[in-house]
Amino acid sequence: MLLIRCPWCGEREETEFRYGGQAHIATPRSDVDDASWARFLFHRDNPAGPFAERWVHIHGCRRWFHIVRDTLTHDITRSYLPSESPEDAG
Amino acid sequence: MKRRPSGGLLDRDRALRFSWDGRTLSGFAGDTLASALLGNNVSTVGRSVAQGRPRGVMSAGLEEAHAFAQIGEGGATEPLVRSTGVELYEGLVARSLSIRGVLSPETDSGRFEKRYAHADVMVVGGGPTGIAAALAAGLQGARVVIADEGPELGGALLRDRYLIDGRPAAEWVRAAGLMLAGLPEVRVLPRTTAFAALDQNGIVLAERVSQHLPIADRSGLADRRLWRVRAKQVILATGALERPLVFPDNDRPGIMLASAARAYLHRFALTPERIVVFATNDDAYRTVFDLHDAGVVIAAVLDARDEATGGLPRKARQAGFEIETGAVVTGTIGDQDGVLQAVRVARLAGGGERLVPCDLLAVSGGWDPNLNLHQQRRGATRWDDRLATFLPGAAVPMQTIVGAANGRYGLNDCLVGGREAGLAAAAALGFAGTVVPAPSAGDEAEGEHASVWHITAPDGDESRSFIDLHRDVTVAGVTRALGAGVRHVEHVKRYTLIGTGVEQGRSAKVNAGRAVAGGIGLDFAQVGVSSGRPPAEPVPFALLAARSRGALFEPVRTTPIHPAHVALGAVFEDAGQWKRARYYPRPGEGMSEAVVRECLAVRNGVALMDASTLGKIDVQGPDSAKFLDRLYTNRIGTLKPGRARYGLMCRLDGVVFDDGVVMRLEPNRFFVTTTTGNAGPVMEWMEQHLQTEWPDLRVWLTSVTEQWATVPLVGPRAREVLAPLVVGMDLSKEAFPFMAVKDGVVAGLPARVARVSFSGELAFEVSVAWDQGLALWDALLDAGSAYAITPYGTEALDVLRTEKGYIIVGQDTDATTTPADAGLEWMIAQDKDFLGKRSLERPAMQRTDRKGLVGILPDDPGVVVPEGCHLVADPNEATPMTILGHITSSFVSPSIRRSFGLAMVTGGRARVGQRLYAPMMNGAPAVTIVDPVFYDPKGARRDG
Ligand SMILES: [Zn+2]
Repeated sequence: MLLIRCPWCGEREETEFRYGGQAHIATPRSDVDDASWARFLFHRDNPAGPFAERWVHIHGCRRWFHIVRDTLTHDITRSYLPSESPEDAG
Repeated sequence: MKRRPSGGLLDRDRALRFSWDGRTLSGFAGDTLASALLGNNVSTVGRSVAQGRPRGVMSAGLEEAHAFAQIGEGGATEPLVRSTGVELYEGLVARSLSIRGVLSPETDSGRFEKRYAHADVMVVGGGPTGIAAALAAGLQGARVVIADEGPELGGALLRDRYLIDGRPAAEWVRAAGLMLAGLPEVRVLPRTTAFAALDQNGIVLAERVSQHLPIADRSGLADRRLWRVRAKQVILATGALERPLVFPDNDRPGIMLASAARAYLHRFALTPERIVVFATNDDAYRTVFDLHDAGVVIAAVLDARDEATGGLPRKARQAGFEIETGAVVTGTIGDQDGVLQAVRVARLAGGGERLVPCDLLAVSGGWDPNLNLHQQRRGATRWDDRLATFLPGAAVPMQTIVGAANGRYGLNDCLVGGREAGLAAAAALGFAGTVVPAPSAGDEAEGEHASVWHITAPDGDESRSFIDLHRDVTVAGVTRALGAGVRHVEHVKRYTLIGTGVEQGRSAKVNAGRAVAGGIGLDFAQVGVSSGRPPAEPVPFALLAARSRGALFEPVRTTPIHPAHVALGAVFEDAGQWKRARYYPRPGEGMSEAVVRECLAVRNGVALMDASTLGKIDVQGPDSAKFLDRLYTNRIGTLKPGRARYGLMCRLDGVVFDDGVVMRLEPNRFFVTTTTGNAGPVMEWMEQHLQTEWPDLRVWLTSVTEQWATVPLVGPRAREVLAPLVVGMDLSKEAFPFMAVKDGVVAGLPARVARVSFSGELAFEVSVAWDQGLALWDALLDAGSAYAITPYGTEALDVLRTEKGYIIVGQDTDATTTPADAGLEWMIAQDKDFLGKRSLERPAMQRTDRKGLVGILPDDPGVVVPEGCHLVADPNEATPMTILGHITSSFVSPSIRRSFGLAMVTGGRARVGQRLYAPMMNGAPAVTIVDPVFYDPKGARRDG
């Protein structure tokens, strides 16, 4: 059970949140080929280590945000706004 | 064992009666069930799970592998409870087990509750280490929670004769307890077990709130309380557990851990007559001293080590005890009930056996730090040769492992280490308060622990040499597993069931690992032990659920019109959390009669239903039209204010997600409805895209599902019923056409009226403020009484919409259905992009053999083929048959007076006219594939 920091509300129990998958996936233009589109739809990274992912504080402020979570240790090193990149977040 | 006339931590003035297997016995306040049984000379407290062997009490605590009992009666019964942890109370009812307990078939009548807490420092364990840690951190000003499974703080100090600062340890414990109680930020939780260690220092505790009280005194109190603690720092002062030894017949009643023998003496004033102590380390000598001082005959002191040179063995020799080094127990003899009578003793070096009569054999195979919580966080362990056990590797971040849990068994080490850990944890959080001097105790120099764990059976029969006493697994069992090719300790665990019991094989793990290492000739340090998982102690599911049971498990949502449905005798169905009226049977009617009557009222007269559960979203902002155009497959931006349009949404992969009606109220304001079940998901879907994909759009969403109560007034007479209720609203076909929306007044209530129809009849959907829903319903019923207005439920609606070929997303569609599959290709705008559009262009989404929506007419008009039935071309084909599709909706239609339905079949409408079959257990009714619109295909009635 994770303790997750919502950028707006602070640290809350995982039960208040919903997972939103890998972060920073840009929607390709609609004229990409089928294979590229299928990769966008169905393929996600699955690293053993730090992973930038989306969460929504669904039972709180209902805001989407990003965290960097280590998939091996569950350590959460960053929590930042969707408008920020994982590098420039504090 | 015998109860001494005085001593122990008992209240002799409070004798308690309890029931054991139907017999009434007596103990004292301060007893556990286990000690009370021993005090009544009950040596055999249960039977082993596989072999049915008699078993006694082998410990005084967490390590217990035998003494499980069923506690309580009726709905409050708890199966499989560790007797060494049950505090005796007046009227306790307990039964012995053959290890397996029995769940009560009645609803659990226990009261369970849940609390959350935040701590600067969470101290797990209330022995000397934990007390010292909590005191140090608490005096610094930190918010401390300290939990211990026992009824009072003290841990090992309660069972041993230690001195702290030159005074009996109990005095220090009492003084420390008073100091802790005086610190406002310190919470002491006795009777509380930490059973789970979660990420980010989440510690889950189970507190026994009132289970130690007589039943009559529990009123108003919870039985147990679940604590979810988030701690900035965690100090694991969980102590160490003594390990049994493995030798033939090592499971008899009368064999217990050496430390347990002291606990039964010092806490419960229980002694045997003649004891044999079988040691592999110095600590067991305390048992020799203490029981000797209590008048017990020390029949033999066996030490498996070649020499015993530590402080305690030296003292024992000085005191005149005869210590046999290099000597071990090679077997035990029992009486006719299997209870210990004598032990066989021999030298490891060889030579003959001799018999030593005794009624208690105290064994100590060494000590294992209690690292379950550390391991739950994937903390590492490392083998230590000197202590012959696994010690913790580095603690996980923001945790400290200290005292016996860290392999520091000396009391002084525990007190100093605990205090330092408490100070360090508080300092790390910036606290700087009072520092009190460390208490001190004189530790004895401790000799090495023997690496002996298993005494080979002299006759080679290892089938009575138990490794897991709880699961009845022997050395022979492990040998069998290895013979079958199983190698890894985790695999041996699954193969033999070692360590899968309720005590998680605490006392069996290390010996199991050694058996595996020995069996395959590997170094034990590399083989290791199986890992620890939550829960470290069994917890009832009812405790995890706490108050979230029954009516509090999930909210029940009802509309403001609900009381009217109840008064009308409606039969309800669940739609997510909502209660919806399914049909309204009149006296003598079943569902089918009621539904036919309700359908005919819609088609021929006038009827009304409660559609308030529909999801409703208010969409506002200058970019609202642009936003909705990106979400819906059809064009929304061209909608004029005051007009509505049916809308369809896809997921990114092109699969139909939801449908509903989009009304444009003003140029920059829309009112969107969703299906009842999808109200939440659609709102979240919209929010997600606004926030993450299109943050530039100026759009604001508000869920107004519970702001609007909605009642469709439906049927050819609907206009006549509504007319007298409206003020200044022209209801004529020309002024108020199909798909128009008007705000106005209905029955004196501010209302929004929309001409939308899911039944295919003339319909006015009237929405008013939620709390005026019932008034609207009553007014419409009243106005319609002259027209025999009829309430209809969801079942009739389902028939009516199926007659029109209207789909229900999730019933007629599944996670593969595209708009075109559902016959809604006309809703896909070609001149704009929308979520899912690119996916619909993928070749697989355009194949002509995709399943498509069709109608079905069974050959036999009286047969309703069940929904979900597969459809095949040849009912006589051998299985597996070629499946062409399945039936998604199936009813009797009062309008066409026969059975009919909808189906998804490969090729879709290309199959119209074909005959397919629905094979079932008995027969395969034939159906003809037809166009999916059965009623008023031109929509003349709807537009009327
Ligand atoms: Zn939030």
